[in-house]
Order: sequence, then structure tokens, then C-alpha cells
Amino acid sequence: MELKGAQILLKMLQEEGVDTVFGYPGGAVIDIYDALMEAGDINHILVRHEQGAIHAADGYARASGKVGVCLVTSGPGATNTVTGIASAYMDSIPVVIFTGQVPTALIGNDAFQEVDIVGITRPCTKHNYLVKDVRYLARTIKEAFHIARSGRPGPVLVDLPKDMINAVTQFKVPGEVRLKSYSPTYKPNIKQLNKVVDLIQKAKKPVIFSGGGVSLSHAHSELTELARKAQIPVTSSLMGLGGFPGTDSLWLGMLGMHGTFRANMAVSECDLLISAGVRFDDRVTGKVDEFAPHAKIVQIDIDPTSIQKNIPVHVPVVGDCKISLSQLNSLLDKEDLGGVADQRRPWLEQIEKWKETTPLAYRQGDVIKPQYVIETLYDLTKGDAIIATEVGQNQMWAAQYYHLKEPGHFITSGGLGAMGFGLPAAIGAQAGAPGVLVVDIAGDGSIQMNIQELATAVQYKLPVKVVILNNGFLGMVRQWQELFYERRYASTKFVHTPDFVKLAEAYGATGLRASKPEEVSAVLAEGIKCEGPVIMDFIVEPEESVYPMVPAGAPIKKMLLV
Amino acid sequence: MTEKRHLLSILVDNEPGVLSRITGLFSGRGYNIESLSVAETVDPSISRITMVTKGSPMIVEQINKQLNKLINVIKVSDLTGTKYVQREMALIKVNARSEHRAEILRISDIFRGQVVDVGIEHFTVKVEGDTEKINAVLNLFKPFGIREIARTGGVALPRENK
Repeated sequence: MELKGAQILLKMLQEEGVDTVFGYPGGAVIDIYDALMEAGDINHILVRHEQGAIHAADGYARASGKVGVCLVTSGPGATNTVTGIASAYMDSIPVVIFTGQVPTALIGNDAFQEVDIVGITRPCTKHNYLVKDVRYLARTIKEAFHIARSGRPGPVLVDLPKDMINAVTQFKVPGEVRLKSYSPTYKPNIKQLNKVVDLIQKAKKPVIFSGGGVSLSHAHSELTELARKAQIPVTSSLMGLGGFPGTDSLWLGMLGMHGTFRANMAVSECDLLISAGVRFDDRVTGKVDEFAPHAKIVQIDIDPTSIQKNIPVHVPVVGDCKISLSQLNSLLDKEDLGGVADQRRPWLEQIEKWKETTPLAYRQGDVIKPQYVIETLYDLTKGDAIIATEVGQNQMWAAQYYHLKEPGHFITSGGLGAMGFGLPAAIGAQAGAPGVLVVDIAGDGSIQMNIQELATAVQYKLPVKVVILNNGFLGMVRQWQELFYERRYASTKFVHTPDFVKLAEAYGATGLRASKPEEVSAVLAEGIKCEGPVIMDFIVEPEESVYPMVPAGAPIKKMLLV
Repeated sequence: MTEKRHLLSILVDNEPGVLSRITGLFSGRGYNIESLSVAETVDPSISRITMVTKGSPMIVEQINKQLNKLINVIKVSDLTGTKYVQREMALIKVNARSEHRAEILRISDIFRGQVVDVGIEHFTVKVEGDTEKINAVLNLFKPFGIREIARTGGVALPRENK
């Protein structure tokens, strides 16, 4: 069958099971859009800015577990996706980005809307391609999806020159992808797992530290089984939230800079740290030399580069989290764990004491506290909502006070920390999980970075609810200035902020506001009940800070408390 | 931790942009490249990169893993501590006034160098061997005044069992 490049692209998308594409047209991809008009089974969501498209594809991937797809034009269309690509790369999210490119004959000539996007995105993609021969187009797309979703997932970019899109060639669905240089290790080494079994039986004060890898490999039930079977308390990184039920008695809360007192203390005191799907980011470890100083450290990860990158590891296990934890559980089943509950009692009691003396806390007075908004949201939704966040204080309060039940329900730009992520990611998540309540927890700063996507939500009837914790500041930077810069609030106070209620209405969404604590619950309830997209503007305490806080570079035991 | 020199032999897809992925990895993560040489292998779809890098054991372990993670990298061998042959070639343009010409030629002969260009006041000498040998020649030529040097960087192959 002879097909044009544009048609081959669409055939391959169907072949890969893609039903939703987030994109924005332009000169270089006009032929793809033309072909898209006839592809009835692919739902194209027209965003308002290419950064919105890539964040939406990211949110879609996290909520649906499928590969997110983004389609943009050459030059500025391509460069506008870079922040979102870098964010997906840091958080290992499977996304395939198709960028238009000037015709091959013009490449390198500084043509109109030409940019070397393959060069620009080399360090922030798992892999990328420039298609130079239409005969390789189908295979390239197949490889792109394969690489994006296998092993440690990540974004893959395919650059499509305009003449490749228009060229005609014989089309055949390519066979299975076999790359001589790429075959991720899924199955762990059983000898290493036996060492872990041994360590678990000897440990008096063990802790499990789970991360984004647990969610990505759907290893949450295996993780929960391990924790309960061996009576090991669980903490997680920001990316790992939802990998273990946030209401379980073994749950410690998040670890690190804004981790709970008991999580940070437990890791600092533990004698065994079993980590799965984490990369020991600096926001988690604090001062590396004093991180888990008494512990034997086990690290399970599918990406060998994550192991021993930041901290020395005693038992490395290269493998998929789900397979590794499941095999570990089977090995433990052969052991006698009868005494384990008694053996762990002093440790679990110690943790309970830390929880009682120093819980997460805030005082709700005359002005709305941001934590109170999140807590009320949690109560109203019973922890069933998909939570997207922006970046900064809003993100940390969401992580602390919204107790997640399942993976794929916490959608946040963890590694890159890209403000403006939440709203488009929430839109993508809603497209990937129709019928589920999706809430974007935002600050008045970050919501303004991609507010234009409200139009997308309205147009496609994607009923995301935006909770703005409006403190009139770039709160997290303000907090640092308060603590470490003698309250010199350099450029962190917004002198003018739009009226978010009116703004919502101007976009065709619903706008609600709460200025007093007693209004919070009613506004949230009304907002959740509304059919379409909603902005809820909560006027909160301007100078509230996120606690506990570990100053950058300090040991995680040294927390500033409320 | 002590930094050590490592000789890596890397097989990669012979495609545009692959070298840039590798050098980009090194610059982006702050690793060192002391020398680098790239050329096609017997199989024209594969190139061999021979690279000398330097770092602590933890860094060198990361370099190895990070290189392996690149989709276009087929195989990374750290030849350090194994049996291998290594060669490098250098072209050295050295000042050669009449009173020094004989001595320069003698030194060149000792190292099996070859004069490949002669002028009234200079020789260009080609020397080939391992890195130490080339450094030794350069040291001996230094008193005469070295005008320019072009070095290839090392290439290496593991030795086979005899």
C-alpha cells in the first residue's frame, strides 16, 4: 500500500493504540493536520500553547498509564515544548513528541521557523530522531514508542521534515523492535534478592523508601504486600506518593526537605533501608554523608545509572520494581516470619511516638490556612481525586495533606519542578481518566504560567477543578527569603494579580472564591459539584510556610519545625 | 577518592549525531575527556570511539553506565587493567637550525620517527607509539622549540589470547 508520510504517521499512531493527541498546528505540520481530519478515531486536543500540549501529554500518560502523544510545528512550536520534555524526562514519563521540521533541503540554512530541535533536546530526551528518509518513518515511530514505554520510561522526540510528511512510500506495519544496543533488564538477580531476604530478617529497624518507579511499574500491590508481610514502615519521595496507601498504619509520610518528622527521623535512625524506584535526589537526601548513616542500603531500580549515583549502596538490584518486589515476596514466603511482628514492635512504637510528639500541624485562625483547604478537599473527596499540582508551596502542602490511595493519582513535576505544569497536566489527566475528579492544586503564581489552557478545558469539556491557594506571593521563594535572607522579599510579592473569578468567567468556566475559613468547605463542595471547569480562589494567609523544612544541604534530621 | 585515568573503547552506531550524544553526555555531567578518536570499524554501520577519561571509581562507574544507557551505544569496554595494545600518532613541527639538525634526527631515529616535512628552519616529525613514548619525544624536542603539535589521541584494541 502506497501512503504519504502523514498517513503513515497516523496509521502508526493507530497501530500503537493512540486515541488522543495534544497539539498545535503550524506551517511545517499543516499536512499532518490535514490528514488528521480524516482519521476519525484519533481525538486531537488543540491546546493554547505548545507547553500546554506537552504537559497535557505528560498528565495523560501518568493518569492513563499509556504513552502520551504531542504534535507541534517546527521552530517555536518545538522549542515551546522543551520545558515539558525536560520535566517528563526527569520524572521518567513515557511521551512521544512529533515536531515539524523545515524540508530536508533547507535544514541548516536558517530557514523560517527552523531550529535544531534534535540537538536542543538531546540531553532531555531518552532518545530522539530526525527522519531523513520516508522509508524509515514507520520503523522510527515504532521504535520511538517502544523506547518511550520500555525500561525506565521517558520522552522520545521524532522530528519530521515537511518533505518527509509529503513523500509517498510503500507502507507495511513494521515487525517487533529489536535494537542491538537496547535491552533493559527486567528480571532481578536472585542472589541479590536472597541477600535482601537475609537483611530483612536481621533488621531491627527497617524502612522501605519507595519512589516513582513503583508507580511506573504498577508495583503498588507488591510493595504493600512486602510492607505488611515483613512489618516494615514505608516512606516515599514526592514521585512515589500513591505507591502505598496514605492511610495505612505503616505509612510514614513523605521523606526529605518537606518530609514528615517521623519519616526523616526513621530514615536517619534505621538499620536497613530498602529503596525501590528512587534515585536519591538531593531534595530527599539532604546532606548525603548523613543520609541513613546507620543503614544497610538496598536499591532496586531498572536503570543501572540510578544505582550508586548519589549514595553508596550495599545491595544493588537491577530490575523492574514489580518483578523484583514480587520475587522478594515469594522468597520471604519461604521464610518463617512468625516472630517478625514482635521483633518490630519497639521500632514501630518509636515511630508512633515521633508521630505523636511532632505531627504535621498548622493553626487555623481568622485567615484561611492553605493546609486547611487541602485537608478539607481530602475530607470531601475521601482521597479519590486525581491531584495535579503546580510547583512550590502548593505542591508541598498537597503532598503533605492529601493522603493518596493509588498510584497515578498524584501528578506533579517532581524532578524539574516546572511551574505552569499543573493545569495542562490536569487537563491531560482528565482526558486520560474521564469520569474521575481531577483537581489542580495551584498557587497564584504558577497558575498564571499556563492559565491560557483554561480555554482548552472549556472547549473540550474537560471538567478540571483548580484550587488556587492565593497568598499574593511566590510563596516558596518568599519562605526561603524569610528564613535565610532576613525577610528581604525581592520580587516575590505580586503587586497586581488578576481577579481569578472574573478570569474564569471570561474563559467560560465557573469562578468561586472563599476569603474566610468558614467558606472553604462550601466553596469546595460547590466547585466539585459543578459540571464544567472551575477555578476556586482561596485567599489564604500570605506568609504561611511549609514545615517541616530541612535547609538545603543540611542533614534531614535537622528540621525546622513550626 | 583518587582519580584514575581510564581507557574506554566504545562501539557505537555509525550515524550522524552519535558523537554529539556522547560528548554532550560528558559536558552535561561534568566528566572529563582527555582524548578522543573516532573511526569506522570493519562493519561500516559501527564506529569505534577510543577515549581516555579520568575520574574517581564512582564517577567512572557512572560514565560506563551512562554511556551504556545511550541508545546508540552498542558496547563499552574499559580496557584499563586489561591486556591491550594502544597507539597514538603525533606530528611535531620542531625548530631545526643547522646546528641542531643532526641531533633532532638522532632523537627521531631513536624513537623510530620519520621526517615528513623539511624547511630551512624546521622539521616536521611523525612519531607513533603509546602515549608515554610520544610524551618522551616531545620532552626531548622541547629545548629546540616546538612550533606546533597535532596528536591523534590514542586508539586501542584488547589483546587476544595467544
